[in-house]
Amino acid sequence: MIQQLPFFYFGGMALVCAILVVASRVAIYSAMALLGMFIHVAGLFIVLDAPFLAGVQLLVYAGAILVLYLFVVMLLNLQGGGSTPLQKQTPWAILLSLLAIGELGYLLVKTHFYPKLPAIPHPSVPTLGNSETIGMVLYTQYLFPFEVASVILLIALVGAIVMARGRGRFRPE
Amino acid sequence: MVPLSWYVALSAMMFVTGLVGVLIRRNIVVVLLCIEIMLNAVNINFVAFSDYLHLIDGQIFVFFVITVAAAEVAIGLGIIISLFRLKESVNMDDYNLLKL
Repeated sequence: MIQQLPFFYFGGMALVCAILVVASRVAIYSAMALLGMFIHVAGLFIVLDAPFLAGVQLLVYAGAILVLYLFVVMLLNLQGGGSTPLQKQTPWAILLSLLAIGELGYLLVKTHFYPKLPAIPHPSVPTLGNSETIGMVLYTQYLFPFEVASVILLIALVGAIVMARGRGRFRPE
Repeated sequence: MVPLSWYVALSAMMFVTGLVGVLIRRNIVVVLLCIEIMLNAVNINFVAFSDYLHLIDGQIFVFFVITVAAAEVAIGLGIIISLFRLKESVNMDDYNLLKL
């Protein structure tokens, strides 16, 4: 039980924060709940022996992406009286959501999960840390996707500047 | 030790939460936030399987997912700002015309 406590804490808090993101009416509260979710998901990564990803999660998600969201929420002045969460799409949304919940639940019940595999002993290979292993695999086996990711980031950089600049380009006058 | 199925169940619950948010919320910024929830749910799955199968590839995939999520947020927020200039609104129901 004591070994499962971190999972319950981080997982439960991440779920609660996710529900808060959906349920709160003010956009900035949603963004703050999302910050809580990112932090607790990073905790789950540490529980799962992935400290490098936990760091990346905190730096990129909580540090960069969330700040971008907060900038936009404050720039657009969305703090005061957001729209009501539930609107005219509600019946269809509830129907589709129940369908999705039923489908995922059915898949979970029907799936057979094997217990954790034992670690494969490699006596000749020295054991590397998490970051070293990720670096080794990323720069050898996954080198091409890595380069593609850098191109994606460049496109996003240019695209975001062009989109957000405005100033006559996207205006009729 | 926590069984793998619990992680998958948690991930499924978070994914459905994000999905419900995308379906019922009309504020376009919150819809983008809910997409982040779904991406994080998938990341939990990847890391859990990576830990249980002792394969590092799942963590590499999460790395790429985070990269693409950052690009998606930058572009998405640019589009939202552009749309807000045009329509003075963040309600998705107001975006019903393709032309200016």
